[in-house]
Amino acid sequence: MTNTPAAPDLSKSDAGRRSSAPPVTENGDGAADPDHHNESIWARLRSRQTTWIFLVLVVIVAFFAIKGGDRFASTGNFLLIAQNLVVLAVLGVGMTFVIVTSGIDLSIGSVMVFASVVSAKTMAAMDGSGGTVVLVGILTAIASGAVWGWINGILVAKAKIPPLIVTLGTLSAALGLAQVITSGNNISIMKVTGLTDFGIYQRILGIPALVWVALVIVVIGGIVLHKTKFGRYTYAIGSNEEAARRVGINVDRQLILIYLYTGALAGVGAVMYLAQFGTTTIAGATLTNLNVITAVVIGGTSIFGGIGTMFGTVVGLFIPAVLQSGLVIIGVQSFWQSVAVGVVLIAAVWVDHSRRAAALRGAKKKSTPRRKGRSRDSNPSSTPATSSSTQQ
Amino acid sequence: MTPILEARGLSRSFGSVRALDEADFDVEEGEVVALIGDNGAGKSTMVKAMSGNLALDSGTVLFDGRQVALTHPSDATRLGIEVVYQDLALAPHLDPTQNMFLGREIAAPGLLGWFGFMNNKEMRRKARQSFNDLGGTVRSLTSPVGNMSGGQRQQIAIARAIAWANRVVFLDEPTAALGVVQTRNVLEAIKRVRDTGIAVVLISHSMPEVMEVADRIQVMRLGRRVATFKGADTTMEQLVGAMTGALETEGQSS
Repeated sequence: MTNTPAAPDLSKSDAGRRSSAPPVTENGDGAADPDHHNESIWARLRSRQTTWIFLVLVVIVAFFAIKGGDRFASTGNFLLIAQNLVVLAVLGVGMTFVIVTSGIDLSIGSVMVFASVVSAKTMAAMDGSGGTVVLVGILTAIASGAVWGWINGILVAKAKIPPLIVTLGTLSAALGLAQVITSGNNISIMKVTGLTDFGIYQRILGIPALVWVALVIVVIGGIVLHKTKFGRYTYAIGSNEEAARRVGINVDRQLILIYLYTGALAGVGAVMYLAQFGTTTIAGATLTNLNVITAVVIGGTSIFGGIGTMFGTVVGLFIPAVLQSGLVIIGVQSFWQSVAVGVVLIAAVWVDHSRRAAALRGAKKKSTPRRKGRSRDSNPSSTPATSSSTQQ
Repeated sequence: MTPILEARGLSRSFGSVRALDEADFDVEEGEVVALIGDNGAGKSTMVKAMSGNLALDSGTVLFDGRQVALTHPSDATRLGIEVVYQDLALAPHLDPTQNMFLGREIAAPGLLGWFGFMNNKEMRRKARQSFNDLGGTVRSLTSPVGNMSGGQRQQIAIARAIAWANRVVFLDEPTAALGVVQTRNVLEAIKRVRDTGIAVVLISHSMPEVMEVADRIQVMRLGRRVATFKGADTTMEQLVGAMTGALETEGQSS
């Protein structure tokens, strides 16, 4: 996305340099830069796990389209797949931020259940089925999710407890409290037709409204992650927290906000869940956290932080969902889906890992010619070209 | 001439260890001052104290002759003091431009900037400029810093520091991990920065380097400054003697 504006920019600065600096250096660099830039578009695409995993998704879709025919490759089926993903997608947005900081949020499913319980209880207690009730329900869900997120954030950032432990604790606590509030019984909100109608019947341009909601949230999440300071600080913290602190980034505040937003998004997910199913499902979210984490990691976000894309997370969500749908359609026991997802997850991370190790070796190798090239005699494009090709 | 930055009688203990013991230090505009000393002599502690990273037990820091309280790194940043740490403090997954502007991004114009969007084009342009001013070996502004050589990383860290420091730059062992050519580059960069009027404080273990580039050399031992030499007319023996205590030279006391 950023490449198009970058090219003219570079050439401009080249022109500026030519006038001011010694010509010997500039001829070499000036010729090399645009080349290098073109190279790097390809190199960057190829070097991204997202690209590969997207190809995997394409292959899976193609396979089932051939095997399953129209029953798989139909608008209806794809919409169904998308509809099944809306809640996970919204949770995945927050999880991507968290994992990019090299954190983890195991509590996300429990928090969603907690938020849905609080929200459902509030709505059930109110009179009516329309706007006001729905609005109150949405706000209570987001608020109660955000509170758990805030607790996670404070404990991670201020108390310096590892996120794994913190969210393992809140996973248990949030689910427990949800059960305490309801005595373990699910709450139906079928009477709040304003919400359930929206969730079940409402379509915009033929696509279910909830899919649009999820799409908007994912897009906003992606823009924030990739285009804003907030996103850049998120990467910086995951990459080198100490460096982020030293340049004056308020790391604690950033972490607290990220966990808080993740909790709030779990609240949004709770509302979407209620809209879809019309009832809470207290026992039904035990694997939600792991499913979301799996999607994020398949999508190329590094569990060690500093790397990840929102697009990758979306692709990572679709792979298990498409497998599930496709296997059912071609008549294979859908339990195989879990097996396949496990394989894809480990394969994705392993491929990424070995690719990165190869890139590191490449980087070491390439530093030798670069050092020699310091004399800058000629060799306009070869050095950058090698450097980018060795990264794959 | 009033020193830009002067420390008088800085003391700080960690438990029973006196890391700084009534230590003095001063650096003037447009000069390179080398701060040398054996391991544990208090060099790094001194840098921390003057960059707002350390609370002092006692002593005063003067900036432009006025007493200042450096209690937070941002205090030092505001005065135009920057530090290049030994570990460089770069984010390996971010590219050189992103690292250079980390925490000080240029906002996009108008409403977009208010929402936190950044002017990447402008940042890239300025970064390119800074790397060229340093006689840049940094070629790609878009690949992650983690894939770059030690020399390139060093240059990014230095470029970042001098882009923001308009008064004083501290360089903590900038050449420790570098090869011969990169070391040359860094030393050239130091001279160029000095020529722009910025004060450079160089912490180093390498005597030849120090003697080549420093206008003055201040030697620390056991938490205090024990000697100050002119860079040009100093011998290795004098420096080593002062560092080890074999040669007591310090005439100046605070």
